[in-house]
Order: sequence, then structure tokens, then C-alpha cells
Amino acid sequence: MLTYTIRRLVLSVPTLLFIALIIFLLLQLAPGDPMAQVPLTVPPEVKQKMREALGLGQPIHVQFWKWLVQMFWIEPQVFIDWLTNKSALFGWLPDTNLYTACGPTVEGPCDLRVISWQTRSPVMDIVVQRLPQTLWVVGMAYVVGILIAIPIGIYSAYRQYSVFDQAGTFITMIGFSIPPFFTGPLLIVIFSVQLGWFPFIYDTTHVVDDWDSFVFQLQQMLMPVMVLALQTTAQISRFMRASMLDNLNQDYVRTARAKGLSEAIVVMIHVLRNSMIPVVTVIALGVPAIFGGAIITEVVFSVNGIGQLLITALFANDLPMVLTITFMFAVLIVLFNLIADILYGLLDPRIRYD
Amino acid sequence: MTDPMPNTPLNALQDPEITQPARSQWRDVWDQFKHHKGALLGGGFLIFVTLAVLFGDMIWQIDPKKLDIRNKDVRPIYTAIWNSDAKVSWGNPLGTDNLGRDQLAQVIAGGRASMAVGWAAMILTMLIGTTIGVLAGFFKRLDGPLMRFTDLVLSLPILPLLLVAVTLFRQPLRANFGPEMGMFILIVGVIGVTSWMQAARIVRGDILALKEREFVLAARAAGTTSRGIIFRHLLPNVLSPLMVSATLGLATAIITESALSFLGVGFPSDFPTWGKMLADAVPRMQEYPERVMLPGLMISLTVLSVNYLGDGLRDALDPRIRGR
Amino acid sequence: MKMKSTLLGAAVAFALAPAAMAERGSDGHVGVIYWQAPSILSPYLSGGTKDIEASSLVIEPLGRFDENGNMVPFLAREIPTIENGGVAEDLTSITWKLKEGLVWSDGTPFTSADVKFTADYCMHPEGGCAQLSKFEGVESIETPDDLTVVINFKRPQPYPYSAFMGAQSPIIQKAQYENCMGAKAQECTDANFGPIGTGPFMVEEFKPNDVIQYVANPNYRDPAKPAFATLTLKGGGDATGAGRAVMETGEYDIAWNLQLAPDVLAKMEEGGMGKAESAFGTLVERIEMNMTDPSPDLPEGERATVAHPHPILSDIRVRKALSMAIDRELLTEIGYGQAGTPTCNLVPAPEIYASDNTDCLVQDIDGANALLDEAGWTMGSDGVRTKDGMRLSLLYQTSTNAVRQDFQALIKQWWEEIGVETELRNVNASVFFGGDPGSPDTFQKFYADVEMYANNFDGADPQPYLAQYRCGNEPKPSSQWAGENINRFCDPAYDAMIDELAATGELEARAALAKKMNDMLTKDTYTIVPLVNRGRVTGVSNTLGGFKHSTWDSLLWNAADWYRTE
Repeated sequence: MLTYTIRRLVLSVPTLLFIALIIFLLLQLAPGDPMAQVPLTVPPEVKQKMREALGLGQPIHVQFWKWLVQMFWIEPQVFIDWLTNKSALFGWLPDTNLYTACGPTVEGPCDLRVISWQTRSPVMDIVVQRLPQTLWVVGMAYVVGILIAIPIGIYSAYRQYSVFDQAGTFITMIGFSIPPFFTGPLLIVIFSVQLGWFPFIYDTTHVVDDWDSFVFQLQQMLMPVMVLALQTTAQISRFMRASMLDNLNQDYVRTARAKGLSEAIVVMIHVLRNSMIPVVTVIALGVPAIFGGAIITEVVFSVNGIGQLLITALFANDLPMVLTITFMFAVLIVLFNLIADILYGLLDPRIRYD
Repeated sequence: MTDPMPNTPLNALQDPEITQPARSQWRDVWDQFKHHKGALLGGGFLIFVTLAVLFGDMIWQIDPKKLDIRNKDVRPIYTAIWNSDAKVSWGNPLGTDNLGRDQLAQVIAGGRASMAVGWAAMILTMLIGTTIGVLAGFFKRLDGPLMRFTDLVLSLPILPLLLVAVTLFRQPLRANFGPEMGMFILIVGVIGVTSWMQAARIVRGDILALKEREFVLAARAAGTTSRGIIFRHLLPNVLSPLMVSATLGLATAIITESALSFLGVGFPSDFPTWGKMLADAVPRMQEYPERVMLPGLMISLTVLSVNYLGDGLRDALDPRIRGR
Repeated sequence: MKMKSTLLGAAVAFALAPAAMAERGSDGHVGVIYWQAPSILSPYLSGGTKDIEASSLVIEPLGRFDENGNMVPFLAREIPTIENGGVAEDLTSITWKLKEGLVWSDGTPFTSADVKFTADYCMHPEGGCAQLSKFEGVESIETPDDLTVVINFKRPQPYPYSAFMGAQSPIIQKAQYENCMGAKAQECTDANFGPIGTGPFMVEEFKPNDVIQYVANPNYRDPAKPAFATLTLKGGGDATGAGRAVMETGEYDIAWNLQLAPDVLAKMEEGGMGKAESAFGTLVERIEMNMTDPSPDLPEGERATVAHPHPILSDIRVRKALSMAIDRELLTEIGYGQAGTPTCNLVPAPEIYASDNTDCLVQDIDGANALLDEAGWTMGSDGVRTKDGMRLSLLYQTSTNAVRQDFQALIKQWWEEIGVETELRNVNASVFFGGDPGSPDTFQKFYADVEMYANNFDGADPQPYLAQYRCGNEPKPSSQWAGENINRFCDPAYDAMIDELAATGELEARAALAKKMNDMLTKDTYTIVPLVNRGRVTGVSNTLGGFKHSTWDSLLWNAADWYRTE
């Protein structure tokens, strides 16, 4: 398993480079223009000058090479500098100064980071800025969704066609087939407009430092988390239930019961473990999606996480931003699919990769 | 020399009475299926909806695209029960929208588009997903390339992909199939191509585990071909997660279609679909809740029916459960 | 009893005190919500409205336009005119006198050098400045002393107020941007995110594409202003959410650009926390007729170019009939309500430039049918007219937007009544308004027969706007499909009038000429079929006082005067 993991990790480098190239070419091929959001009152000659100032005139391979250098050579330097200078974890290490920022006062050679066309600022800084709300809202919703879904799935399967199962099926299927662009405004109308309980414009500048601010944070998170968790719960509980049902009638379950094992051990250990493979697949596929954000929910509640960043970048045709975010997304996908593959091996030792 | 095989079974093993004619497997399946009330209801509803959207416009002949501004914002007829002042009309039993389009006619026409897109995209998704999943799970040599390809497709940003697809394919499709059919093919293709990955990963994961099981080993030992193992032994065993994927996929496809038209990739704007009706009605959901309820219910009930139908089918097809 | 009323009186007096003798920062916090989030606080690097308006709280021009489109001095002592000697008789120079004692928010003095620097910054050839056209025709800028700026023009400039007037060309600080000239402009992240200005607020925290926190500028020229100590400009979400946050839940005080259907807005107002206010400018939603043939059968490079006139729309009778079939009153009522007025003009405002053209306001289906009959289009059995075997079938495209799709549906219906078959298409706005020459779906390429969008002009002078329709200024393959004459309109008489307008300084004469040009494009040729003069709708909280709605300048132009009424 270890050699397999190492081999996969090594192989993932060319895979990711290839993915980056494909994404880059796709973005080049897609129609779009970073000047789309500049008002029509700005004349075309001026727009042409603005495009040139962004470096759009360069040949495609030069643009891609520049991005590769910035992403894989300069950004890591910035990260190491940050680790040794500012972070709590590695702050004790001697300060490094690998990266020389370009700026108004800098003379001589300097390193240009991946710069967004919309903001003319480093893409990574904005991504880091978006992480807190993305993790708070989208990540939390995912965790909550899984925590609710797995017990529901197990119990629904164990008591198939009981009232609990029927109700669970009904609610999760309705929940899944109603899109967030409807559930979001519905919650807003009920809880913000009619009852006035929660704010619905998410305040990204809010700092949690005491009990009251924590309560406020919970209030503003509640609605988007509910909307997102509904979708996650519906999806994962269905897979959990189906997979449990498949296993509950297997011979080994009868054997385990015949051995005199308690029902809890039979269900929670034997059956559950064997039912986890599709569930692990679905969960692992969902984790990168947390990072990708939840575009519609983020827009409805103005959460402005990474999903909103990506969609605005796409609409503004901000190529460096889109490429960087999608590439990071790709890294997570490759990584979590690897993790899922390793988990298969742990859940079912008969699965061998070597 | 061994004794020749006895060509008649021992008397002791013979049944004392005449056996019933052999029941076919499908008869058993149907018997089991009949007992599943949810599945019957679901199936019944699906048949009803399918017939209604296919032939409904022959009974209810109002043109769903016809605007009638003087009759805009008509409430459904039942509103009159509690609100005698409400603007209702028997001519529009389910009311009209903000441009005076008849809601009943829209639901019928919209259902046709949504069901067609939903089913076609779901089937395409399942076909691609299952094929790739089975190949990757079963043939070790294909696993690496196919799964890396899956990773690649998962990472592609969907919006640029859509825009590229539109740029490349809209004109030829429109020329060959007409604006609406061309768009239908494009939408189904786009949804199918961008949503098979989950099914593929699930199928592959299950196959990886299943192919090491004893019954597969036994089948292999008995000389069954790979093709036989896949179709007779592996696929039936991944049916239940596939059913879930398919059900969820149907819901996703119906909703995604409306998101596509929001992005300007969908059907022409005056072409009703359930997803579009729902999206258009959301800003006015406080004043006209029926306009969200109607398409919302249709989507939910359809998905729910498919889900129950899938449950019933799975139970009926599983020999271990059958006959319980 | 007496005691109680005395106490009450004292309490009332106390409560009224802040409004009576206003003090900087006494009214606490104000929230503004933009459903498009600002990306950068520099109008020179981004032409986007959201960015221009977010920066207008910090950096100011010499003068602004008030809610009626009148010029108001801000950093200048007065608006220079020929009467007060500020503008040279021959229209070749303008002299601005700055207010005395102005300081930047960091305490350093504001001088004429900053004004000159701003022009140099934008006019740098490598800077990619979005507002370059504001400085067009500027020959040189002189600063005889710290408080005087003289702009010399290459040619007589009948409208000398484009530079340093309005939200698009505010003054930036020389000390801060000195090293950000040309190509370096892209690298000055700190300056672009936190410009030092003379305006009522300073940037405290800027999260690009998300939120901006401002605090009152301690060095603002009026010691009593601004009344608010802090201002949050939240970006993102959608127009519905923004409207709700102001009018239904009261979480914010101002919501920008609520492009919502009138009945939705009316419902929101029932929330009782705020009102939807509309103000009108020059934004006109119109249908553009393609004068060239966009047929996909033509080879690429000749499609939609002047080489092939449009087979159907080249006939003015068809264009006129299409216009006559439209009921603009109804469109306005459905799509914009209070926030729109039906119009037949390309230049609907300012008043002196607006033609009295109202012919198109009455829908005339019969007339349109008669006109098409006369043009030789005969009604077929399927309800579609034909002529010489050609069907009267049009492709009608626009950007994706709920109101535009409603308009498409309505207009399609009316056109069907006159025997015109219409295919609708909507294109994602980022592609439609983008200038990607590789895309078939941009509005410049115009691979459709008719298209609908809105356009306006900055400030109060329509000259550059009308000059767009010059022969040869059309988008074409040789110019990478860049060009402003979207319809491919070409008339030498019109070109002559463009030149005449550029040489006329006297306002009355300019207005008469502009009206004539407007009529030529609209009612004389039906090249452009205006539909609705669109107002800008803003959600304003009931507790916010002093807000003045100007469409001629930034929405936030008078933020210094805002106060809390409760």
C-alpha cells in the first residue's frame, strides 16, 4: 500500500501539469474578454490598450510558462517566507527572504506573483482571505450533513420501510430535488423577513472573540449551512441506505449473528464497514467541492467564499484567477481520490493495487 | 471403468406429486414488485406524468408561449375558496404568470422538455459512468488512465466548458436539427459529459471490492469470460448504488437545465421547462406561492417516484430479498 | 406631570441635538450594498461602475454632477465657464482654481501638482488607463501656482469638462502613485486597494470582490462632515437580496442598481424599512437593426460586414414596421415600472439635447401590416410573410437578464402578429459584452438580425456618443471586430454633421444639431429603435437622510452629506 501511495503521488505531478495545461487551453478557447464588464462608454481603442497592459497580447505558450513559473516557483517562495516570518508554527525558524516583491519602489529584478486581472493583486492573497468563510459555511455544512446523513442512512436501512425510513426518504428526496436557489430565498423570507431572527447578508469582516460574537457567527451561518447540509444529507444518506441494504442480507451477517455477536456489533462494525465503499467515494468527491464552494448558496447569502470568487472571476474572464483556483481544485481532487483509494484498501483488505 | 451414471434420479429424491410449471424469473420479480406499494404508486405517477406531458396539449390546447397581458397574474382557481376577491378564471385553472402565460399549458410543455432532458441526460450519465467505472475497476491496466481522466474532467471549470461547447457545436447542431432539437442535444450532451464522474468512481470502488469476492473467483475458475463476469456477476451487484445515482442524477439534470438557461446556454428564453418556471417564480414566491409550488412539486414528485420505483425494482431483483 | 413633560422635553432636545449641531462621526455606521463587488479602488485601472463608485467615497474630482446633471464644484472653487473667464474664448484652454487649504487624508497639502500628475498617470502610453478618453485632445497641463491648473487643448473643445469632472476622473495623490506610472501601475496593489484621497471617507480594510470598510476622513474639508463614523460597502449576492436587505430587513441603508421587476420592488417596499427611488439619466434600452447580412452561409470574414447588405432589414419599411408593432408603454410597465419611461430617442436627456420625437409611442399593428404589404411581403398560410421565396424570419439576440427575456417574449409576440417569424437567443453577458473576436456571440460581431441592449453616455455631452455612428467605425474583421457603429450605419450626411458638431461651441446650435442627428438614427431611418429610457433604481433606507440620487455621477457622490434621521 505504501509503495502504491508513493507511486500515485509521484504520478500525480505529471497528471496535474497535464490538467493545468488542459484547463489553460480550455480557458483560451472559451470566448470571453476581461473587458466585458467595462462599460460600453469606454471606447474600443482604450479597451485594447487595457488588454495590452494586462499582457494579453503575448503568445499562448509564453503566458502558460509565466503562470507555471509564478505558481510553482514564486508562490512557494512566498509561502516559505510567510511560514518562517509570520506563522506561529514555524516562526522560530530563521527568517527567509526568498521572494522579492515587485512594487513601486523596487529597483532591479523582482518576482511577479500570479496577479488577478480584476484586482491587480496576488490571487493567492485573495484565496487565503476567502478561506475562513468558505470553511465556516461550506465546510461546516458538509460536516453537519455527513454527521446527520450517516445515522439516518444506517437506521433507515436497518428498519427498512418503517415510518422513519419512509419519512426520511420523503424528506431527503424532496430536499434534494428542490434547488438551493429556491430553499435559500425561502429561508430568508421566513427567518429574516418574517421572523427577523437571523441576518441574511453574511458579514465576512466579523471577528469571533467572545461569546456574543460567537453567537452572532452562529446566527449568520445557520441559514446557508442549513441549505447546503440539506443537499449533502439527502445525497449521502441515500447512498448509505442503499449500501447497507445490500449488505444486511449477506451471508456473513447471518454468520455473525449466529456466532452470538450483539446486534450493535453486527450492524455497526461488520455491515457498516462493508457498506462504506460507495459512501467513502461520494464523501471524498465532495471534499474538493467544499473548496470549490457553493456558488448559488454563496450568492444568495452574500457569503463571498471561494465559489463566489470563482464565478465572478469567470464572468470577468479573469484568466489567472480562474486558472489558479481551478488548478488548486484539481490538486484537491487528485489528492482526495487517492485518499479514497487508500481507504478502500483499509476497509476491504481484499482490494489490492500492487 | 466406473459405473454409468444413473439416468433416472433416485426415487427418494423425486417429488411425490406433480410439480407446478416452472415460474419464470421475471414472474417472480413482478410478484415481488407488486407488493411494493411505493413502487407501484411511483410507477403509476410516472406513467401518468409521462402521458400527461406527451398528450396533455391535445386536451389542454392553450399555447404555452402565448402572452396575454390583460390576464397576467391570474391566481389558481382554488384560491377563490378562501379569497373571493382573487383574480381567478376557469380559462386558466392554475393561473397565469407575470406575462399572462397559462400555467397549466406551461407545466405540460415544460414537463415535456424537463422529462426529456432529465431522462436522456441521466441515461447518458449512467451509461458513461458505468462503462468507465467497470472498465477501470475490472481491468487493472485501464484503472490508472481512466481514473486520471476522471480527475481531469472533475477539475474542468464548467462555465468555460459550456461556452466552448456552445461556440463549437451550436451552429452545426442548429443547422442539422433546428434550434430547439439542436439545443436539446447540446444540453443533454453537456450534462451527460460533465456529470458521469461520480457514478464512475462509485462503480469502480464497488467493482474493486467485488472482483476479489469468492463468487467472482468461482466464476473465473469455471471459465466464465470477463464479459460474462461483468454482466452476470458484477453489474447486478452494483445496481443499488447505481439506482441511487440515477435517481439523484435525474433531479440534478432537471435543475441543471434551468441553471444552463440562466447562463445563456439553455433553450430559448420563451421555451418553458420546470426548472425555468421555478427559477422565474422565486422572486415572487411571497405573493404567488403557487408558481413555485407547481414546478417544485412536479420535480419533487417525479424524482420521488423514480426513487420509489428504483427501490421496488432493486428489492424485486435481489433474490435474497425476494419472497420474504 | 410637569416634571415628566420637562424630562421628556429634555430628552427630545437631547435626541435632536446631533442633527441640529452635527458633528463628524456622530451618527455611527452606514451600510451600502452593491450586488456586484468592487475589485479595485482605482477608476483608472478598471472602468467598472462598481469600482468607480466604491472609490468615489475616497478620491474626488474637481467637480461633480448633482442630481439634476448640473456641475457642482468639489475641489475647485467654481466651475470655469466662458462668462467667468475660466474657459478661453477660443475654447482651447480651461483654467481651474482649486479651493484653498485642502489636505489629503494623510494631512499633506493638496496642490495643482497632484492634478497634473493624475493626467500624466492616465495618459501614460503603457498604463492601460481605462479613462484615457477623458483626456482626449489634451495638449498640455500647466500649473502656474499651487492652486491653479490650466488645461490646453489641441483643438477648440466645445465641451471642456471631460477631464477631472465626475466620478470617472478623480484626483489621485502624486506622492502615493509617483512610482506607479505606466507598466508599474499594475503592481501598485497597496495604492490601488487603499488610495489616499480628499473625500469624506478613508479605506480601513479592503477585501477585493467582497467588502470595504471605510472610516471618516479626519482631515475632510468640512469639519462637521461626514456624519457617519464608519461605512461598510458590502459586495456580492444578487439584486433581490440587496433590495431585501434595505427594504425588508433593514440590514443595510442603500442598495445599488435594483434591476428588479416593478411588482417585486413594490412588494419589497411593503417591508416598510425603505423605498425604491429611481432617477433617470441617458441609459436607453434599444433594439439595434443589423444593416448587414449575418447569414451563416456567408464565408467567415464577410458575414455581417458592409460587403453584404441585409436582405430584409435594408428596406426601411420593414424596420419601420418592426418599430410600429412594439407597444413601448406596456414594455415599460412590465419591465421597469416607475424606473422607466418609453422613449423614441437615442439621446433622451439632458433636456436641451432631447428631441421631441414621440411618434413611436403608439403601437400600430395595422399600420405595420400595411407597410409590410406595401413593401411586397405577402402573408403566407402559416402566418409568416414571404417575398421572392424568402421568409420574413429574424434572429433576435440579447444578453441573459430576466427583464430582457420578458421583453423578447413580448416583442416576439407582436412581431408574429405582423407576420414576422422570430427566433430568440440569449447570450451570457460576459460573452455578449466582451470583445473576444473569436466568439460568434458578441454584440459587436452581431451575428443576428436584431439585438437588444442598453447604452448611455458619461456626463452631459452626447458628442462622442453620436460620433460613434460614423461610416467606417463599424466592427469588422480588419479591426478585430472592435468598433462602435454596431448597426453598420453609414450616411455621408451624418458624418458631415459629426464634424460640424465637433466645431460648434454655442450650446443652442449644438443642441439643435444633436437633435437632428438623433432623429436621423431613430425616426428617419429606424436604424436604432429605442424602447425605454431606463432609470437607475436605488433602495434607500427610511432612516437615511441627505441622500441625493444622481445618475450623472457616482451613486455615492454626496456621501459627506448623509445623516441618520432617527
